[in-house]
Amino acid sequence: MGIKTVAVYSVADSQSMHVKLADEGVFIGDSPASESYLDKDKIMGAIRLTGAEAVHPGYGFLSENAAFVEMLEDENVAFIGPSARAITGMGDKLGSKRLATAAGVNTIPGFDGVVRDADHCVEISRSIGYPVMIKASAGGGGKGMRIARSDEDARDGFKLSSQEALSSFGDSRMLVEKFIDNPRHIEIQVLGDKQGNVIYLNERECSIQRRNQKVIEEAPSTFLDEQTRQNMGEQAVSLCKKLGYHSAGTVEFLIDQNRNFYFLEMNTRLQVEHPITECITGVDLVQQMIRVARGYELRIKQEHIGINGWAIESRVYAEDPYKSFGLPSIGRLYKYIEPVHLPGVRCDSGIEEGSEISVYYDPMICKLVCYGKDRKEAIERSIKALDSYVIRGVTHNIPLLRDILTEGRFNKGDISTNYLPQVYPEGFKGLQLKEEDKNKLLSMASAIFATNELRNRKFLNAPQHKIYGKTLDTWQLYIELGDEKKKLDVSQTNGQYVVEVDSKVYRIDKEDINLSKPLLHLKVNDELNTLQLFSKNASGEYQLIYHGTNYKMYILTQRSADYLYLMPAKQKVDFSKQVRSPMPGLVKSVNCEVGEVVAEGQELCIIEAMKMQNSMVAAATGTIKSINIKAGDTVSDDDVLIELV
Amino acid sequence: MSLRIFNNVRSLYTKNNKRCVWKDVTRCTGTAAHTLKIAERIKQKRSEALLGGGQRRIDLQHKKGKLTARERITLFCDVDSFVEYDMFMEHTCTDFGMENQKFPGDSVITGHGLVNGRPVYVFSQDFTVFGGSLSSVHAKKICKIMDQAILVGAPVIGLNDSGGARIQEGVASLAGYADIFSKKRFGFWGCATDIAYHGTVCRWRCIFACYNRLHFYGRRYISVTNEDVSQQDLGGAKTHTTISGVAHNSFNNDVDALLQLRNFMGFLPQSSQFPTPIRECDDPCHLDTQSSPPQLQHRIVDERDFFEIMPKYAKNIIIGFGRMNGRTVGIVGNQPKVAAGCLDINASVKASRFVRFCDAFNIPIITLVDVPGFLPGVTQEHSGIIRHGAKLLYAYAEATVPKLTVITRKGYGGAYDVMSSKHLRGDINYAWPSAEVAVMGAKGAVTILYRGKPDLDKREAEYIDKFGSPFPAAQRGFIDDIIEPRTTRWRLCRDLDLLETKKLVNPPKKHGNIPL
Repeated sequence: MGIKTVAVYSVADSQSMHVKLADEGVFIGDSPASESYLDKDKIMGAIRLTGAEAVHPGYGFLSENAAFVEMLEDENVAFIGPSARAITGMGDKLGSKRLATAAGVNTIPGFDGVVRDADHCVEISRSIGYPVMIKASAGGGGKGMRIARSDEDARDGFKLSSQEALSSFGDSRMLVEKFIDNPRHIEIQVLGDKQGNVIYLNERECSIQRRNQKVIEEAPSTFLDEQTRQNMGEQAVSLCKKLGYHSAGTVEFLIDQNRNFYFLEMNTRLQVEHPITECITGVDLVQQMIRVARGYELRIKQEHIGINGWAIESRVYAEDPYKSFGLPSIGRLYKYIEPVHLPGVRCDSGIEEGSEISVYYDPMICKLVCYGKDRKEAIERSIKALDSYVIRGVTHNIPLLRDILTEGRFNKGDISTNYLPQVYPEGFKGLQLKEEDKNKLLSMASAIFATNELRNRKFLNAPQHKIYGKTLDTWQLYIELGDEKKKLDVSQTNGQYVVEVDSKVYRIDKEDINLSKPLLHLKVNDELNTLQLFSKNASGEYQLIYHGTNYKMYILTQRSADYLYLMPAKQKVDFSKQVRSPMPGLVKSVNCEVGEVVAEGQELCIIEAMKMQNSMVAAATGTIKSINIKAGDTVSDDDVLIELV
Repeated sequence: MSLRIFNNVRSLYTKNNKRCVWKDVTRCTGTAAHTLKIAERIKQKRSEALLGGGQRRIDLQHKKGKLTARERITLFCDVDSFVEYDMFMEHTCTDFGMENQKFPGDSVITGHGLVNGRPVYVFSQDFTVFGGSLSSVHAKKICKIMDQAILVGAPVIGLNDSGGARIQEGVASLAGYADIFSKKRFGFWGCATDIAYHGTVCRWRCIFACYNRLHFYGRRYISVTNEDVSQQDLGGAKTHTTISGVAHNSFNNDVDALLQLRNFMGFLPQSSQFPTPIRECDDPCHLDTQSSPPQLQHRIVDERDFFEIMPKYAKNIIIGFGRMNGRTVGIVGNQPKVAAGCLDINASVKASRFVRFCDAFNIPIITLVDVPGFLPGVTQEHSGIIRHGAKLLYAYAEATVPKLTVITRKGYGGAYDVMSSKHLRGDINYAWPSAEVAVMGAKGAVTILYRGKPDLDKREAEYIDKFGSPFPAAQRGFIDDIIEPRTTRWRLCRDLDLLETKKLVNPPKKHGNIPL
């Protein structure tokens, strides 16, 4: 659009991609968001310094801050977003609900007012009837939200949520409403101009969530029929008109199994998942926002908006998916390759190779958006893209994303906001490979092992000695994968490795194997497989990523394995007597003392990272032996926090 | 093997028999019977030798979580490559009833084999025979392969598992030790050690793995000094890898240690007369890579394959081997996460020994500098940090192999000089834009320069402005260039190619006098 750009950045972001992409960069302070990105005065300073005419707030931080918009209005700087009045009207959950009711939008039954304290919360919850949802009045993005199914839950939920709300939004006001079981979360994208025109750009299905944060979104939804879609859209438009809303916004609805929909909240900003709407409607939302902010009328009319194809967004997070569907992890990306070479793939990310994922901000790595002519193609492309995505240096949630995309219920479109706990009641345990796939993985692993063995003797400046004139061309291998132990026979002939597992034969082209490439495309019996070599070492520990999951295996020659069995096994540590940090973070509070007898499930301390509070409980009943932390300490992943006897 | 020889003899006999005239038969059969008998004896001795101290002791060895001497060799050498020497040697002791207890091959197995296609000489002490103790015969066997290794220019690997000297032999055993030690001055020598007082003294060049116990005096000796200590605490793997620095690394078990030892051998040349090995490399070395101070050593080497030496000892300095475009390099780097990366006595000794190792085996040295100085303190001073720090200085100054240096952040004070600076004949010295070369940090410097004066903050800012950049060093030519971190890998690879033909000879003298 020929507009010059200015990026603002904090200490932690000084080397970030957004700064490099912008024409100018302005430094605005220390890493914690409250001292940089949330500091309005510093942002205003940057605006004055560069003479910026407009501000696009993105989708976090000050994007829904009415006071900031007012400051901009005072200085005659355009805010690329709605008016301060609209933000205020929708920013508060109580107020927004009243407005929605007035605009004729369906709303959820709940308590109209601010909850005073934990007891009051329990009282209200009882009157509405459990289950109820306790959430921060100023909240969004799933922070400061909790479900309560009993008095006890209500009390705890109020305590934790209000604390979280205070640290995230600086506002601890809470509200309570009826909780709808097994709902879907479907939202309508709206776009309005300053002349009073409002259109809706159809829905996004965002039901796959964990801890009320979205994981996979798609557009359109498999659940909506044309009539419901239209009803929802029209209600959303009517709300915007009532509000005098301009710019892009999203009206979120909960839908029950009978396609009754209830207004949840309105996000008065661009959403993280907006690209999928752009994919199916062909409308560039950011461009429209800028045009609207300039005061232009919308050129697009409601009848121009259709649904063309299918788009799926997978949120790639720096998270360990094996711990409650994702606990933050940190680190520096020493290798990072986005699968943008594949057709129909769009990667929106703010990072690149060498970037650091810090504890200060959201652990999102990338929004992987895949577009196809129908849902099937979009899913297939997503899977392919995830398989080819190279991320090294941080733990990430691709194993979970890929598993969801191949799971039966998801493929049928049978999803709800409870999808994850229902499909993975024990938590995500990683993909369980089918026998045939497992054999393929093992045969590829053994081919890599053999390649490494051969390379180990390829010295370019030293003579090679042969034993009885023979070259190394057969291996008897032993592979341990999890609890499974397999024997494989490998031989090399005619540029191929021939691997025999369980009397099945797999042929792999030698030329396809490169020990330095992070991404390998190996032909196994003429069928192409994507594989990532994550790590290997001389002790025989190999890590390979196959079908999204990282498989740790132990590869030895049969002879070494036989000898290994003569060695005594190492004793396992009893983890139930230790409380370990599930993620890197900050100790918020320690709620026990040395010598105290604690019951199983009792809260011992709270760890906070990326604004998420994690309550650490005792895994077994016992007496506290030692406490290695105090409030305010920084801890790393897997640190021993508290020990029990 | 033995069976085949036996069969051959018999077939020869039958063939000859047909052609024999009658009068010759007696002679033939007499010879044949003798040959058969000999063959039988060879066969028997061989099978005895293969069993070492007998099945019961082998089982005991396994129960202790150890492999036998022979199993270790099989695992260490390429399949079928081991050729054994002196299987029939027996000890010569006739005291204490020893003349009745003889084992063919005695308490050590010697020979040569291949490791990834390159020849090595190996001896493996057999604990099942007299506790692996060293007899004069034992020593002779070892000396034999050492002599040959020197002739051939191949390394000697010792897999030690020994209780020490054979007491029954007295001074003959001690002489054996001395003979071995005197030879170790030549050639390259690695050893994986179990119980060995032997190992403590003889570590020449490189003791590789210690996965059980290693101590100079046994526990009973120590009790004389009224110190109560367990076997493990006295000389366990943990003690030697973390406290004493005697062992360079420890591993989970025998198998793991031997596999890692094979891997380690791949980094080293056959002897000091050979060039640095270059292995085939798949990792491109002409591209920009992401480099950042933590774990920089992993980021610049091929495939992040960094073989760290002494990872648990003096953690404020990191040493180890890697490959750059396939060529082995030794890397020395300060670890700012431990003691801020200060050099102390242990770190200096650890690094200087490594530098000298690299120099002895023609391995180029890459030094990654982020050092705030030498560690101050009474203990350090009293223990002679000046003397020990000088070892590192000496080692770097003396080394004639290619020396590349990258200053990533701090290069302060005497420690800057020591860490392969231009002044110590560094070939190519780079600095990152984040580098600071100064006598000391700003805060400390300002408190000394402007003691008792007001507005220290302003002075500090002034100091930072003056010295908080690579410019002062670059202006004087103490660094050759200021480079972008992401270009580090390809630049170093390019320089290594260039310096391949570097020729530098120290002035002739009997030997230098490193401050020991």
